[in-house]
Amino acid sequence: MESIHKTKENQQILNDLTTPILKSGRNFKLLMLVLSIVIAFGIFAYYRQLKHGLIVTAMRDYTSWGIYISNFVFFVAVSLVGSLISSILKLANAKWSYPLTRIAEMVAVASIICASIIIIVDMGRPDRFFYVITHARIQSPIIWDVIVIITYLVISILLLLLPLLPDLAICRDQLNGIPSWKKRLYKAISLNWKGSPRQQKRLKKASSILEIMVIPVAFAIHTITSWLFATTWRPGWDSTNLGPYFVSGAFMLGAAVIVIAMYFVRRNFHLQTYLTQEHFDKMGKILVMLSLVYLYFNINEYLGPAFKMVGVEGEHVTELFSGKYAALYWFVQIIGLILPIIILLFRRGRRPLIMLLVSFMVLLGAWLKRFLIVIPSLQHPYLPIQDVDESYHHYYPTWEEWAITFATFAGVILMVGLMMKIFPVIPITESINNRSSKIADNETSNK
Amino acid sequence: MKMQNKRNKSRRKFLQSSGIIGVSTLLGVQAFPLSSCSKKTESSQTIKVLTPEGKLMEVEADQLQEIHHHQPVSSKESRKGIPGKKFVMVVDLAKCKNARECIKACEAHHNLPPDRPFIKVLKIQDNPQSSPYWMPKKCFQCDNPPCVKVCPVGATFKRSDGIVLIDNQLCIGCRFCMAACPYSARVFNWGKPKPIGNSKHAHYSPETSTPSQVGTVEKCDFCPDLLREGKLPPCITACPNGVLYFGDANEDAVTNGVDTVRLSKLLKDKAGYRYLEELGTEPNVYYLPPVDRLFPFKE
Repeated sequence: MESIHKTKENQQILNDLTTPILKSGRNFKLLMLVLSIVIAFGIFAYYRQLKHGLIVTAMRDYTSWGIYISNFVFFVAVSLVGSLISSILKLANAKWSYPLTRIAEMVAVASIICASIIIIVDMGRPDRFFYVITHARIQSPIIWDVIVIITYLVISILLLLLPLLPDLAICRDQLNGIPSWKKRLYKAISLNWKGSPRQQKRLKKASSILEIMVIPVAFAIHTITSWLFATTWRPGWDSTNLGPYFVSGAFMLGAAVIVIAMYFVRRNFHLQTYLTQEHFDKMGKILVMLSLVYLYFNINEYLGPAFKMVGVEGEHVTELFSGKYAALYWFVQIIGLILPIIILLFRRGRRPLIMLLVSFMVLLGAWLKRFLIVIPSLQHPYLPIQDVDESYHHYYPTWEEWAITFATFAGVILMVGLMMKIFPVIPITESINNRSSKIADNETSNK
Repeated sequence: MKMQNKRNKSRRKFLQSSGIIGVSTLLGVQAFPLSSCSKKTESSQTIKVLTPEGKLMEVEADQLQEIHHHQPVSSKESRKGIPGKKFVMVVDLAKCKNARECIKACEAHHNLPPDRPFIKVLKIQDNPQSSPYWMPKKCFQCDNPPCVKVCPVGATFKRSDGIVLIDNQLCIGCRFCMAACPYSARVFNWGKPKPIGNSKHAHYSPETSTPSQVGTVEKCDFCPDLLREGKLPPCITACPNGVLYFGDANEDAVTNGVDTVRLSKLLKDKAGYRYLEELGTEPNVYYLPPVDRLFPFKE
């Protein structure tokens, strides 16, 4: 075994951080059950969709993309959290962020998997999914999206698993009373980690390459997702601002998601000594900074069209500001953006419970914002919507669409929950190393 | 030199064989009985025929058979387009009174349900002072088609004769083309398509667009299956007021089924324009402004 000294403190850390793996409380089991029911319901809704076609949705010829697509954009946005925490903060040498890296990577992997599922759900012919590989036309932004999503998924999984290796070896060697399949799993995925200097060096190198690589890929994944809209001939999407607008929104949403995850991990697994008030305070500062950046791009996105009010573009903006979508639009801008910024600017606003509340506001606002990006634009084509059935003028998602959407949320939470039962949610090795280096620092400063 | 010879030889051989194939397809007989023609029995008469390659051939008259095109062309063939053609449509807005005969004819030809027509007739009013007019709208068969650009699998494509088609056996139903089309020309099979009414709709080809498939996109296709037979699309012939003209830009002629006119002269004299020219999609459907109208506007 590598240099983990069997001191009392280290043993304490080991116990604290492996308890979630060894024991599952009643609440946790109940949550998993509820999530499974929600997912089963979503699968039933999808079965109906497969049987009858997309007619079970409220989408029609004009509103030809609905909440499947906005939900897809939402989960792609959430997945950016992985690169924010485990890469950008780490490269910025923000040492305090290390307990968050694994949570962030778990959320990233789960949400990018769910984003991939939801985009297949949106397909009229899911049986032809592999045509995007066998008949791929590289000119199409969808193919760029497929390529970049797969790349990001692979990098995210590697970013989750590689730094886990030392911890997996600890689980393999030191956990007793776990089922044999789990033991075999640890043995298999710890890749024979012994902690030798050669292995350490290689791991460090591989991790740094991944941490740097994931940044352009993360920017690409959400920029290309924005191009799915920006490359069409539609008022409302015809914007050069769309890439940074999407990316900045995604980072804000990602930070909020990490706060929510952090809150529940801390409370349910009793990890108050590892995820401290300070973490909330710092994440609050990051969230407010990212929100301000997003606010800037929001103003950029709407000011030009709103000032000029050109034709259909103007009608679209009017509909958002004072028309059919005004209530939703101002809810999103005020509850989902302005209020969080104001609350988080104060130190007292960055306490755990308030942060949780604010993060939920951001989350809800972010989901609705994606709805507002996708649907109203489709309802404002260049040529008027006429000579069609009344139902073509509106879009109110059906229960099947909602069931599938809720199922994707449940899916992300379920996947993250299950991962926390296999992988230590807070890096053990780094916790121990950090503690020793802190002690060493204290000793040197005392001298 | 030797190489050159060899190449010439193989070229000749190719021409010969393609000639035989050409004639044989024209005759609807196999290549084998044709080769027996070279014996030339004195008694039978010969007849001169032109192969699709433009070669003049001589065959026995009693071997000659007319072919009926029962089967539409294959998916692969339908991607090429009819050689030498460049199809255009002209819509004379001065003549449309929203009779909706074009829509009905199109529905019958493509076996469409009434709620998702390929043709829509829109009420357009350019500004509050001018009188509204009816605008029949179908696929504009753009020369720079946004839908073809975005398709991830090449299910929708542009042909040499200007027509944009969809292969519904390839379409994955992502609806990116629908989002991309600035003219909202495309419709989607959200549910199960209408059952096949008659045998004409039974054999699929991108050129016929029937039978429809659930979960795929479709649209106005200029009826290339009829064009191959030298017929006009049903919407053109169905229109009681001669609103719609169809023709070939290379021949510079369009017809509404009654009158045949010079395309260039028509567009020049009547100030023809294309819808949303500024988008750069280069449509192949022209409009003639609604001036000197045949009918007053009625809802």
